Amino acid sequence: MKFARSPILVQRLSPGRSRFVVLILLASFVVLAGRSFHLQVLETDFLQKKGEDRYERVLEISATRGRILDRYGDVLAISTPVKAIWAIPEDARLSPAQSRQLAKLLEMNVREINRKLASEKDFVFLKRQIPPDVADKIAALGLPGIHDQREYRRYYPSGDATAHVLGFTGVDDTGQEGVELAMNDLLNGKPGSRRVIKDRRGEIVEDVESIHAPQEGRDVTLALDAKIQYLAYSQLRKAVFEHKAKAGGVVVLDVKTGEILALANMPTYNPNNRGRLVGAQLRNRAFTDTFEPGSTFKPFTAALALEKGRFHFNTPIDTSPGRLTIGSATIHDAHKHEVLTLAEVVQKSSNVGVAKVALTFAPKEMWQMFDDLGFGVPLKLGFPGEVGGRLRPAQTWRPIEQATMSYGHGISVTLMQLAHAYLTFARDGDLIPVSLTRVDVPPVTGTRVYSAPTAHEVRTMLEMAVQPGGTAPRAQVPGYRVAGKTGTARKLDGGRYTEKYVASFIGFAPASDPRLIVAVMVDEPSGKQYYGGEVAAPAFAEIMSGALRALGVPQDMPLRPLIVAEAVKEGV
Amino acid sequence: MLRTNLILLWIAVMCALSVVSANHRARKLVTEYEREQTRMRELDVEWGQLQLEQSTWANHARIEKIAREKLGMRVPTPAQIVSLEAPR
Repeated sequence: MKFARSPILVQRLSPGRSRFVVLILLASFVVLAGRSFHLQVLETDFLQKKGEDRYERVLEISATRGRILDRYGDVLAISTPVKAIWAIPEDARLSPAQSRQLAKLLEMNVREINRKLASEKDFVFLKRQIPPDVADKIAALGLPGIHDQREYRRYYPSGDATAHVLGFTGVDDTGQEGVELAMNDLLNGKPGSRRVIKDRRGEIVEDVESIHAPQEGRDVTLALDAKIQYLAYSQLRKAVFEHKAKAGGVVVLDVKTGEILALANMPTYNPNNRGRLVGAQLRNRAFTDTFEPGSTFKPFTAALALEKGRFHFNTPIDTSPGRLTIGSATIHDAHKHEVLTLAEVVQKSSNVGVAKVALTFAPKEMWQMFDDLGFGVPLKLGFPGEVGGRLRPAQTWRPIEQATMSYGHGISVTLMQLAHAYLTFARDGDLIPVSLTRVDVPPVTGTRVYSAPTAHEVRTMLEMAVQPGGTAPRAQVPGYRVAGKTGTARKLDGGRYTEKYVASFIGFAPASDPRLIVAVMVDEPSGKQYYGGEVAAPAFAEIMSGALRALGVPQDMPLRPLIVAEAVKEGV
Repeated sequence: MLRTNLILLWIAVMCALSVVSANHRARKLVTEYEREQTRMRELDVEWGQLQLEQSTWANHARIEKIAREKLGMRVPTPAQIVSLEAPR
């Protein structure tokens, strides 16, 4: 039977009924279209997200903080993952046995744990920075409401020896002191995240997109030589203990490149265990503490005298009777000398002699030299708390001030600035910037402060200071020619000079072709000795001889028994 | 006509199946790749710990202590040191 002849079609229905059916059908289609519009257009974002949530995951990609390396690539600071144990107190209902187990693993008191778990907060840290294997044991206990979280801990294998250079990081792995703070932007890694699709077993099956690419922290290679650093630190510590000093600092510079090979301060701290720290331990004195340098300043005055052509190496200067009155003030020498040559004034460290020389300069000339040497402005190495010392403008200088400044009083500097300025003598009169990081291409020339002949003559004077007849025969190093200068300065307290001293010694070797500058400063030695030649010079000699040997610097003097003569007392 | 259609249908089915298998293989490779990445990170961490361990053992303070106290070593006097210069 054909469809067209179906009896149903023959029957006539009322038009109203068929229209009704058509309307119902139409209405259903409209509803369907409306619903699909609602789902596909209006709610699409929400629904899409709900769907993706079923299989898509956003993963955090952690980034490690960069390492700090010494110049040979040995590790000075490194981050390694540890765990933090945290709890949701509401969920953490532990039996007494479980609490005891947890306390034992965390090496904490049971009572302390119970107190933390009794807290009203939603989230408490039980203990941070615990070793991963301990965290795994805790996870294996399967305690309710106890979770762990990955974090990083920074280790400093060389401990207290490098504490001040490196500084340290906080619990969240950002720098708080020293290089860690100064180079935080470089060291810091930026964690990233990415979206992936996981299957039902939790394995990643598709990489959807990278939301933020993680940025690993970059390694920083310092100029530091770990061996010389340890040597400098241990000798400084010895000097500070031996002379019952309050504090001390030492800086070792490479003459050819201006690199800081070692920098240590006392008192120090162990950066791996910073339980009880006091401010004094944290101070990086070589950068942040200024002191009146005393006689270590005399070579600068002598160099200026040579440079201006008003004095020569052997120009006689009458220093008798060991004192000089300028206005209402009088300058004294510790030891009376008669007529000395300019070289002997430096060698024997005569205040009167050097003051007489200084009074022949215009204040502006002297100020200009100090400014050229970098005094009065910070070295700008990016170290936190770096200071520039005090150098007043030349217009305000009175003659007595100009005279005292010539031997390092009435002016204040940091140990690093002083070591830096001595580069001019070691580098034939030219000054290059110091560098905290390794220098691969050494600067050929810097800023010229003195002419080469001047620098050579001052070098000879500084060599004389270390030999018998000078202030620091104890600074001699067997096999090497050493040049250097002692400093013994009274400390200012409330505008008055006290009976407290700063003993220092700065020198370089081998004098025929300088390689290293070592500057040692000992603050308030309170033993029997307080002269730079007795307190700082022996430490200098130990550090210098060890460092020269470590670097394999050829000797420039035949070995002969050292003549250890009584040091000439310098003017204080 | 019918034969052409059948051939096209067959081709279409084969294509569809190969897409499925390619996808499956890709997922397997991704999983494997991710596993290796995880292993790389673990090895990285281990390397860091080994570096830390090495520098702790090689700490100058420790070496000096052992050399002096355990092995009875001392710094040679200048007279005991012979320095040689390499020919240029």
